[in-house]
Amino acid sequence: MGIEQKLGNMGVITARLEDVINWGRTGAMWPMLFGLACCAIEMMASQASSYDMSRFGMELMRPSPRQSDLMIVAGRVSRKMAPVLRLLYDQMPDPKWVVAMGDCASCGGVFNNYAILQGVDEVVPVDVYVAGCPPRPEALIHGMMTLHQKIKQEKLTRWA
Amino acid sequence: MNDHLNTVITALQTRFEAQPGQFRGDPRVTLSPEHILEAAKTLREEFGFEYLSDLTAVDYWPEMSPRFHVVYQFSSFQHNCRLEVRVPISGEQPAVPTISQVYWSANWPERELYDMFGIHIEGHPDLRRILMPHDWEGHPLRKDYPLGYEEVQFTFNEDEIMVHKVHPQE
Repeated sequence: MGIEQKLGNMGVITARLEDVINWGRTGAMWPMLFGLACCAIEMMASQASSYDMSRFGMELMRPSPRQSDLMIVAGRVSRKMAPVLRLLYDQMPDPKWVVAMGDCASCGGVFNNYAILQGVDEVVPVDVYVAGCPPRPEALIHGMMTLHQKIKQEKLTRWA
Repeated sequence: MNDHLNTVITALQTRFEAQPGQFRGDPRVTLSPEHILEAAKTLREEFGFEYLSDLTAVDYWPEMSPRFHVVYQFSSFQHNCRLEVRVPISGEQPAVPTISQVYWSANWPERELYDMFGIHIEGHPDLRRILMPHDWEGHPLRKDYPLGYEEVQFTFNEDEIMVHKVHPQE
């Protein structure tokens, strides 16, 4: 007789620790307000009522990096802004993820010149790239769901 | 043309050896760099051009020499007129005196001239880069500065480009 026979009555489930932790992390991920340019408008649109992102647990966007765990880099990053971006990324506590939203954050977009960082992965490690100029809210939400799938595959041995 | 402008241009011609001209009906005047400070003072105090609406430069390399033309756009509210003043300066050691003591709003545009063109502004109180990072090398708006930044990646050359890409350490 193991605990499994009693499970229905006791209201207890067993699961692997890493599944529970990964589920908890994806369930309430707080993005950091990092809208830089036009993609910020689409990020606001996906946070607003019609394409609600709070149904994914992202109810509030935290302006402070100390209280957030996801940085959505929305918009083009200029060379002058790059050290600031890195500083804010360093100030975020672990575990943290980065979503490069839009073409400019992923690869420099239409701006192939001296002033714009050619992809934000020159300064921070990126988990998910969302393409589009700007990406529709549905595309950003698809990026969020891809990030959730990525997190659910994370292993205990990596962060224990 | 405005009567006031006629007076101004004649005065600049006699006192500062200015060459008058016009571009699509807008009056413009060409001065040499040693006269620009006095001309700016005169325009502000005597002729009522109280507003410096723009201070920028153009690079005409390699078609024209002298290479840089520093362009000042003065405008007057009292007399309702505008005047453009051009100062041609050469490409080796380009320098122009500051007019920020006369027109305070020229401070940051002159820093932008230094940053983007490499034109040294003599007498500027705080000459440093304003748009590019402070340790950047090169002056981006010159015509011999490269236009793009990195080679565009297509399918046929993606392997060669990915070899050189640098990724940050986590």
